[in-house]
Amino acid sequence: MATIPRITFGEATFSCQPDESLLDSLLRQNIQVPFGCRQGVCQACLMRSIDAAPPESAQAGLKDTLQTQNFFLACVCHPEQDMTVALPNQQGAFIEANVIKKQLLSPDIIHLVLEYQTPFNFFAGQFVNLKRPDGLIRSYSIANIPHAKNVLEFHIRRLPKGQFSNWVHEELKLGTALSLSAAQGACHYVPGRATQPLLLIGTGSGLAPLYGIIADALTQGHQGPIHLFHGSRDLNGLYFIDELRELSEKFNNFHYVASISGDNIDSKHVKGRANDIALASIDSLSGWRVFLCGHPEMVNQSKKMAFMKGASMADIYTDAFHVLQADS
Amino acid sequence: MSNSPETTSSQSLYEQLGGEAAVNAAVDIFYRKVLSDYRINRFFDNSDMEKQAAKQKAFLTMAFGGPNNYSGQDMRTAHARFVKMGLDNSHFDAVMENLCATLSELNVPQELIDQVSAIAETTRNDILGK
Ligand SMILES: Cc1cc2nc3c(=O)[nH]c(=O)nc-3n(C[C@H](O)[C@H](O)[C@H](O)COP(=O)(O)OP(=O)(O)OC[C@H]3O[C@@H](n4cnc5c(N)ncnc54)[C@H](O)[C@@H]3O)c2cc1C
Ligand code: HEM
Ligand code: FES
Repeated sequence: MATIPRITFGEATFSCQPDESLLDSLLRQNIQVPFGCRQGVCQACLMRSIDAAPPESAQAGLKDTLQTQNFFLACVCHPEQDMTVALPNQQGAFIEANVIKKQLLSPDIIHLVLEYQTPFNFFAGQFVNLKRPDGLIRSYSIANIPHAKNVLEFHIRRLPKGQFSNWVHEELKLGTALSLSAAQGACHYVPGRATQPLLLIGTGSGLAPLYGIIADALTQGHQGPIHLFHGSRDLNGLYFIDELRELSEKFNNFHYVASISGDNIDSKHVKGRANDIALASIDSLSGWRVFLCGHPEMVNQSKKMAFMKGASMADIYTDAFHVLQADS
Repeated sequence: MSNSPETTSSQSLYEQLGGEAAVNAAVDIFYRKVLSDYRINRFFDNSDMEKQAAKQKAFLTMAFGGPNNYSGQDMRTAHARFVKMGLDNSHFDAVMENLCATLSELNVPQELIDQVSAIAETTRNDILGK
């Protein structure tokens, strides 16, 4: 018989018996893990392995982005080796990164670039929690793909009276150290299915994750058409217009539409909401991969509409920029 | 459970339908039908569609005669808050209708659809909290 795998959860270490699932052994230790069907279907018992890759059979039915990140279902997980596991929202350690660039992209949106020294793993489009020196924390999406320079790029929109965003815009200085959490979220590109059409819809700084996802897809040789619809109420929320136009000239399969939804705004951009324009322009989304980022209401509405238009639930990736009320 | 004289008769209903792959094929179609059915869609709030789609898979696996660990009591508990919202026979029938329409759309033979219906039907009292 093989040795019995040891499981680590937080401070606790225990063994998982051959005849029990990881869920059983966690519950036996009085560790509170949510569960429902106990047969790998309802996904209530979603967990993540921090070190070893989980057994493949414990990942069946999960979204591909979650599989890539070593998420698994505890109720059908029979560990084959030692594993360190965590619940989905469990915070890991923070690392430090220094501000190396700040530049306005539009009157409302700033490009913030951080450089990190500690090894850091992420996919473009995931988000991190940034912590400023006094402890205030907010989530921001990563707009670039990993490369040798060890930098993370963010697009941060200034909200009226918003604590963190105004501080970034006005007070944060080059060279300042910020803390950042591990990268999180399942809204990112996964290679394979390279001819699949992609639809990306973003509002305001919701372009940040999409920009990273597009860079990732193009770098990995995605061949299917890639349609980006970026919208904002007014001109202050649109940015990277020239960059995106150039990109569409360079890559035949990349298409870009910028739109403005506010009334009485004189602009050469398409008028209307990005999600309405996008969904009206495509008859069926059957077989498409869809990415939706930005305003929570836009994201939720479009998710339902995209699903009703034929996109499979497994192919819809979202990041709703929920704004926390001033707290910590 | 089936006494049909076909060569497939040694397979369980779940296997004849195609197992997990069949559930995967059916779930999007079924969930789309449910969300656009005005008679019942108010029970399905869209706050987390992903989680809800996963639960529809649990439902389909059960109705297809697949492996499941739900007891009648579990079904009562899971639907108790909908009973409070007014869940009754008409809603149950609507779900059955969507289920059968989904299977027809997937070209499942009527004989198997009848067996799925029969399984789902056995849960009626538990679902409706009777
Ligand atoms: C997964 C995720 C990814 C995200 N990615 C990005 C991103 O890439 N780019 C980006 O710009 N944002 C992103 N966000 C949003 C971001 O995390 C912050 O919520 C946003 O920047 C606002 O933070 P803040 O501290 O500036 O505003 P807060 O201080 O949190 O205030 C938020 C809003 O509430 C109002 N408010 C606060 N306090 C009061 C009060 N007392 N009375 C009245 N009104 C009040 C403010 O005016 C403001 O409009 C993301 C959010 C999530 C959840
Ligand atoms: C036909 C028989 C039915 C069966 C076998 C069945 C089975 C199930 C199962 C297995 C779950 C998942 C439970 C869990 O793990 O939490 C579920 C959830 C659910 N059921 Fe049913 N169901 C039936 C009928 C209905 C009907 C008639 C309605 C309402 C019209 C309904 C509404 C729901 C909803 C809304 C959920 C999701 C609950 C949530 O999101 O937490 N079901 N059902
Ligand atoms: S408890 Fe339902 S998937 Fe694990």
